[in-house]
Amino acid sequence: MKDDVQSSDDRRASLKGLGSSRKRVEDARFTQGKGNYVDDIKLDGMLFGDFVRTPYAHARIKSIKTEEALKVPGVLAVLTAADLEPLGLHWMPTLAGDKQMVLADGKVLYQGQEVAFVVATDRYAAADGIEAVEVDYEELPVITDPFEALKTDVVLREDLEPGADGAHGPRKHPNHIFTWEAGEKETTEQVIDAAEVVAEEMVYYHRVHPCPLETCGCVASMDKVNGKLTLYGTFQAPHAIRTVVSLISGIEEHNIRVVSPDIGGGFGNKVGAYPGYVCSVVASIVTGKPVKWIEDRMDNLMTTAFARDYWMKGKISATKEGKITGLWCHTTADHGGFDACADPTKFPAGFMNICTGSYDIPTAYLAVDGVYTNKAPGGVAYRCSFRVTEAAYFIERMIEVLAIELNMDAAELRRINFIKKEQFPYNSALGWEYDSGDYHTAWDKALNAVGYDDLRKEQAQRLEDFKAGKTRKLLGIGLSHFTEIVGAGPVKNCDILGLGMFDSCEIRIHPTGSAIARLGTISQGQGHATTFAQILASEIGLPADSITVEEGDTDTAPYGLGTYGSRSTPVAGAATAMAGRKIRAKAQMIAAFLLEVHDDDVEFDVDRFVVKGAPEKFKTMKEIAFAAYNQAIPGIEPGLEAVSYYDPPNMTYPFGAYICVMELDVDTGEHEIRQFYALDDCGTRINPMIIEGQVHGGVTEALAIAMGQEIAYDELGNVKTGTLMDFFLPTAWETPHYTTDHTVTPSPHHPIGAKGVGESPNVGGVPAFSNAVHDAFRPFGLRHAHMPHDHWRVWKIANDLGLHS
Amino acid sequence: MIPAAFDYHRPTDMAGVLSLLSEHGDDARVMAGGHSLIPLMKLRMADVPHLIDLQDVEGLSGIDVGETIRIGAMVTQADIIDHTGLTASAPILREAALQIADPQVRYMGTVGGNVANGDPGNDMPGLMQCLDAQFTLVGPDGERTVPARDFYEAAYMTERGDEEVLTSVSFAAPKGGYAYEKQKRKIGDYATAASAVQMTKDGGTCTSASIAMTNLSDTPIFSENAGAALAGSTVDETAIKAAVAAALADIDPTEDNRGPVAFKMHVAGVILTRAITRAWSRA
Repeated sequence: MKDDVQSSDDRRASLKGLGSSRKRVEDARFTQGKGNYVDDIKLDGMLFGDFVRTPYAHARIKSIKTEEALKVPGVLAVLTAADLEPLGLHWMPTLAGDKQMVLADGKVLYQGQEVAFVVATDRYAAADGIEAVEVDYEELPVITDPFEALKTDVVLREDLEPGADGAHGPRKHPNHIFTWEAGEKETTEQVIDAAEVVAEEMVYYHRVHPCPLETCGCVASMDKVNGKLTLYGTFQAPHAIRTVVSLISGIEEHNIRVVSPDIGGGFGNKVGAYPGYVCSVVASIVTGKPVKWIEDRMDNLMTTAFARDYWMKGKISATKEGKITGLWCHTTADHGGFDACADPTKFPAGFMNICTGSYDIPTAYLAVDGVYTNKAPGGVAYRCSFRVTEAAYFIERMIEVLAIELNMDAAELRRINFIKKEQFPYNSALGWEYDSGDYHTAWDKALNAVGYDDLRKEQAQRLEDFKAGKTRKLLGIGLSHFTEIVGAGPVKNCDILGLGMFDSCEIRIHPTGSAIARLGTISQGQGHATTFAQILASEIGLPADSITVEEGDTDTAPYGLGTYGSRSTPVAGAATAMAGRKIRAKAQMIAAFLLEVHDDDVEFDVDRFVVKGAPEKFKTMKEIAFAAYNQAIPGIEPGLEAVSYYDPPNMTYPFGAYICVMELDVDTGEHEIRQFYALDDCGTRINPMIIEGQVHGGVTEALAIAMGQEIAYDELGNVKTGTLMDFFLPTAWETPHYTTDHTVTPSPHHPIGAKGVGESPNVGGVPAFSNAVHDAFRPFGLRHAHMPHDHWRVWKIANDLGLHS
Repeated sequence: MIPAAFDYHRPTDMAGVLSLLSEHGDDARVMAGGHSLIPLMKLRMADVPHLIDLQDVEGLSGIDVGETIRIGAMVTQADIIDHTGLTASAPILREAALQIADPQVRYMGTVGGNVANGDPGNDMPGLMQCLDAQFTLVGPDGERTVPARDFYEAAYMTERGDEEVLTSVSFAAPKGGYAYEKQKRKIGDYATAASAVQMTKDGGTCTSASIAMTNLSDTPIFSENAGAALAGSTVDETAIKAAVAAALADIDPTEDNRGPVAFKMHVAGVILTRAITRAWSRA
């Protein structure tokens, strides 16, 4: 055979397994307009539902009149809370242990909240029906400031008993949700009180929105004949949605099929359950017809799952030489009208306790108070693991402020405080066991790559020129060294609604040596069909091109908790490798039988089992696959299939070093990104091209957040940024060139050493951009200014520092 | 984002347009590129029972370049950018058009729609004031012209009557140096501040200057005083400062998501200074 003379390297390359920049198999359909998104689904007799939404942020509903709407041609039904109440569906549980109105029950708590659901024969009729619904509101005082919320007599959640505990313990005020603490309060305060140097700052991470290109939506189809409900939708966690739908509707889980078709970006926005899903299901049950609901852009920005909105007050202490001794943080978390954060149950503030970052900080304390306000609910992990981007932004700002206090170079301050390579696994003061890392190597590589010392010299020269009136542009060097915590997570401490956060993979090898793998996750653009096939190719020795990867249909895929928080590779990727190893173990026995040797006398070699010491005697995996289906092998069942449910022993801790060089025009507030360098260490690299794409996308979202994106409210609770005119979504025009780089520190506990990368660039990117702005103004006395650093806010920094006089 | 039902009309001549306008009065609106009107209809902020599409109407799409330049109302921003004769004769148009929205919008967005809509964020109205353009309006009583500098009354309020259609803009071929300077937050955004400047020069002295500002009041602002401050000067720092001071006295920006008033006043001065400097360097 020609195969005989191929080197193992050649054979390995032809598999396109781990490390191959294999082209994305998804792109053929996406680039040719052949994707199948939820709004592409058209079923016979399908109806369309849409919401009457409140224009007021806080109001009592005095009456809802639907008669005129029901006269609009094409309108079939108008659902209100009164219609849902007999079914017990006017409220629904949130992922955070709170409950949320499906349709306004007596009052509304934020602008855009769902008040009534109009069902019509098409979406034009539904829109006309919405116009014809008359709602009489009595306006109530609006609370948009979380600090004010904890002082006011205005009670937002009248449905909650004021003194009663919430899902996460005691509540201090009717508008208070929870207090969550980590670390040692007293010790930390003692350390900080006694410290030689202390820096203190309030760091606000403003409210933003994941804003996927495709908004949220679903099609619910109740088949009254066989009692089966099919729900197609933009679900980042289809299996969890099935369980939730079953729990709240009472329909048995085997009678519910949830399908996530192609999803046009999620970024956390599509993790939660929304009133649109419940109303579509109810409307389908009531009408006996499929019902579609699709958000428009304004609905999406104003109502479904925002992110961030953390007020983080911090203190950091150090010796005069810059060795950090303690970190203290109190966060006021604005959750909006309902606590609909998507966090593991035991972590109401997500993994905010990763806020000691990349640093060896011996003592630390964190407290988070969750608060209700008259804003939309959410608090999802927008391209980050739960609250990790808030934590990373906080510590990377505090480091910069400490560097100012110490009059020290911020790169050097980081270097002397990094956790050392030999300290891993490292137990942080706030309770995590960092699995691996090599921060100094990454940092030095990054600083060398950008020519850090020369940049500082150039910056000093620029400053002189500026003071001499030769230029009006300042130069900022933004540093960021982040540590992520992803891959939630170990079932012992990570669950959502009681569902352990394992994930799964099921593999079937076909007789001719190709395969299908199904997973509990769901790609929203990450390229799972490409990368999971690569993991498997390396594990089982069949070409990635011969492996189909399927996700998102709960009738066929094994149960899993879905895709968010960079968990797919750490958890489902691990399950894939483990299932592959089960396949390989059985294949070894088949090979030994075919080669007439003992199991222990064959060994795996890329795409085959060879007899030890006799490499000319082998059976390829393709041959073994066929044998699994046509040979009667004593003691071995026919077929070649495996399933693995993987409960990760620990999180993974990807890290990276990002540097942004930015020019800032002090007169207009405009910026120009001159250079952006991103070094990521995500452990074993599965597909370098996809990693690069992930980094480009994540840094671009970081750019958006740091430099302009926000969900802003006026004092009446009106959303000021409800369209893409005002909500900054960068295009190619605003997006700079990125330089990507990497080091590789494999995860010691992950089967292939991979850590996840999709969210690192957002976590690390935001502080890099923000620190560049701050760094430019540091010589003039700037300590901290809140994001976003859009034109007028940068101008205001300059103006406040007297640079316009 | 779903409009209410409307009747769509597509007449082929101006007589047909005018008869629809007189028949339906306030209930009818003409549409050129539709990039302002359609979003307003989708937001149900504009109630347009009768939409009259102008794209098949004869005679609205030409560009004539001579001593007088005439641009038909249905000429798109992309047509302007691609027209070499126009660019040679009045290069400020191309410079401004390239700063409007993005290529997809520029293929649809028209000069007529841009100037007639009365949106203070649109770039062409200020530019037309800078060029001292005349707008030709056709209505039931025939044709008339209105100077661009007299056309705008308030946001979305113009001299055009409900039964009139703006058919073309015309202006004398500009002389001297030019600049259209615009600050915006991102592609597709309206101006935080923008200014159009045309200047002529004799030796080292400025002989005339025309200055208009965009999105800094509820109408475009032609600042006669700003131009006067430069005319006769050598366009030194003092003259530029005087011109900027005059222009800032004429504008009245409001706070929005682009920033507070003080910021807009500051940026207006910076943008105008840059526009004057660039126009002078080209004069």
